[in-house]
Amino acid sequence: MKRQKKILIYGYGNPGRQDDGLGIVFSEAMEKWAGKNKFGHVSCDTNYQLNIEDAELISNFDLVLFADASQEDLEDYSITSVECSSSRIEFSMHAVSPAFVLDLCNKIYNKSPETYLLHLKGYEWDFIEGLSPKAQNNFNKAFLEIKKAVKQESDLKTIVQSKLDDRKLNLINE
Amino acid sequence: MPKKITIEPVTRVEGHGKVTIHMDENNKVVQSRLHIVEFRGFERFIQGRPYWEAPVLVQRLCGICPVSHHLAAAKAMDEIVGAGTGDGLTPTGEKMRRLMHYGQIFQSHALHFFHLASPDMLFGIEADPNIRNIIGVALEHKDLAVQGVMMRKFGQEVIQATAGKKIHGTGAIPGGMNKSLTPEERDSFLLGDDPLNVDKMIEWSIGALDFFKSYHSTNRELVDNFANFPSSHLSLVRKDGAMDLYHGVLRAVDSEGSKILHDVDCQDYYKYIGEEVRSWTYMKFPFLKEYGKKDGWYRVGPLARMNTVDYIPTPLAQKEHEIFKAYTNGKPNGMSMHMHWARLIEILHSAEMMKKLLQDSDITGDKLVVKGTKQNEGVGVIEAPRGTLFHHYRINENDQIDMCNLIVSTTNNNTPMNLAVESVAKSYMDGHAVISEGMMNAVEVAIRAYDPCLSCATHALGKMPLEIKLFDKTGNLVDERKS
Repeated sequence: MKRQKKILIYGYGNPGRQDDGLGIVFSEAMEKWAGKNKFGHVSCDTNYQLNIEDAELISNFDLVLFADASQEDLEDYSITSVECSSSRIEFSMHAVSPAFVLDLCNKIYNKSPETYLLHLKGYEWDFIEGLSPKAQNNFNKAFLEIKKAVKQESDLKTIVQSKLDDRKLNLINE
Repeated sequence: MPKKITIEPVTRVEGHGKVTIHMDENNKVVQSRLHIVEFRGFERFIQGRPYWEAPVLVQRLCGICPVSHHLAAAKAMDEIVGAGTGDGLTPTGEKMRRLMHYGQIFQSHALHFFHLASPDMLFGIEADPNIRNIIGVALEHKDLAVQGVMMRKFGQEVIQATAGKKIHGTGAIPGGMNKSLTPEERDSFLLGDDPLNVDKMIEWSIGALDFFKSYHSTNRELVDNFANFPSSHLSLVRKDGAMDLYHGVLRAVDSEGSKILHDVDCQDYYKYIGEEVRSWTYMKFPFLKEYGKKDGWYRVGPLARMNTVDYIPTPLAQKEHEIFKAYTNGKPNGMSMHMHWARLIEILHSAEMMKKLLQDSDITGDKLVVKGTKQNEGVGVIEAPRGTLFHHYRINENDQIDMCNLIVSTTNNNTPMNLAVESVAKSYMDGHAVISEGMMNAVEVAIRAYDPCLSCATHALGKMPLEIKLFDKTGNLVDERKS
């Protein structure tokens, strides 16, 4: 019997700052859905920001999907493949990037789980809980697609490719 | 040609800072400033909300030190529900709060030392930034990197067990806590598999201190002279003068060690501390009223705490405090790089305190909340990792907050950070026509020693972490660097 990949869905951001909570909302929704469907191979976690201890956490998984709010010029959401990348020390930074976490995991634990970053487009960042209607819509779209991928055990690379293609198309249209 | 150099990290939507250094025709530094673009809307945002929501709501302020804001607000609300502050709670309520707080101090200081400070020490502050980071540490000093990761993880797990969850913890409520530890949770921290147990955390804390002391012994000139300037120091201390990061009275000492704020009740902080506004930065400049805006500024944080307390009430950290004090013959220490030394002593103290609290039977008790006669005003003060944090609230007859004043730790260190930048800028940049990467980093190192929290805001992908701009006399951009 084929061993199922151990999957971690890790949302981060500040849910007290409106759309900055997109990653958290996504991860919590996935957790609820995975529990309901008894997908024991799917784990979910959340935090305000990524940090160095997450290198140890992701070392326990085969596939990691980070989810974060984005201000990038996106139509709704995108998924990108994460490659190891160290970054320079910053003068007061207390958070690190998914690529940094992956690199640290690789250097310390000699593990490199297949890693992706889900960028969910956000619009409003006030001191309010709850997503803006447009962000909620983006969340709904991404949630639907990722659920499908996990359920069908399809390769996330396919989705990554399709979203990358979409972005290229948008750029051409602009 | 006069030059203006700008260092502008843009890592967050709000809450970022920049450094500008003005030079004259002869490349002499004539002025330097640290500008903080701090979000100023929170104190108004919280007005109109029911007071009991404050300990949870204030965590929206910052994703880096939410526990400190959570506890400072809860302490203020203790006063409002008539439970008093600190020692007014049930033993279980107070000890759970303390455990959460020491877990926070432990993980925050560990992050700062292993992630931000140790690369500067291992590779030198002028080393290639591509190597001078924790990835570089992981490659060449794997054990140290693993310790940093696991110490952070241990502290985070203590926070989760006490606050209830990682994000928007609800553990502290007005008058106490809404949970205590289960025996299983307690045992997991006391007797957990190696390395995730408190004894290993104490052992590694001692190891980190030895690492610093070894570095210091071979780099004495840099560590002692880098951004070294005299100042006053302020912190909470226990009523008997001992270090207490959770509760106490306010004490300040001058650069000679004489008390200039005499162990006053923190409910009265506003009688002694004023805040000055300056046009070029959003961050205010706190000062001791008795000494005025010019001379009343002070430092807060680990270095200040080492200078204000009479002793540390845990044996291993006390031994280290004695060594620290002896280095300056008992006088206050004004060396900015010794902030790292002080921070490591506090890591050890926090680990010892966590062990003590975990071994206390009250930590699994069930008496969690007390209430008394309601007040309409409360002040909560706590020693956050970066220094003294003030929360002050007033409520109306409908139990809604109608006044909120916050003085965060980084704001208290505003003047010292500006002076540290000026000191380093003059040492490293005077007379140089070209600004090297190492010189720029020296300025960052000076600020980094204070571990400022500038990220009290939302975050976004795709931002440049650092931008340096060079302007000529007429304001034209003549050079630009991005990290």
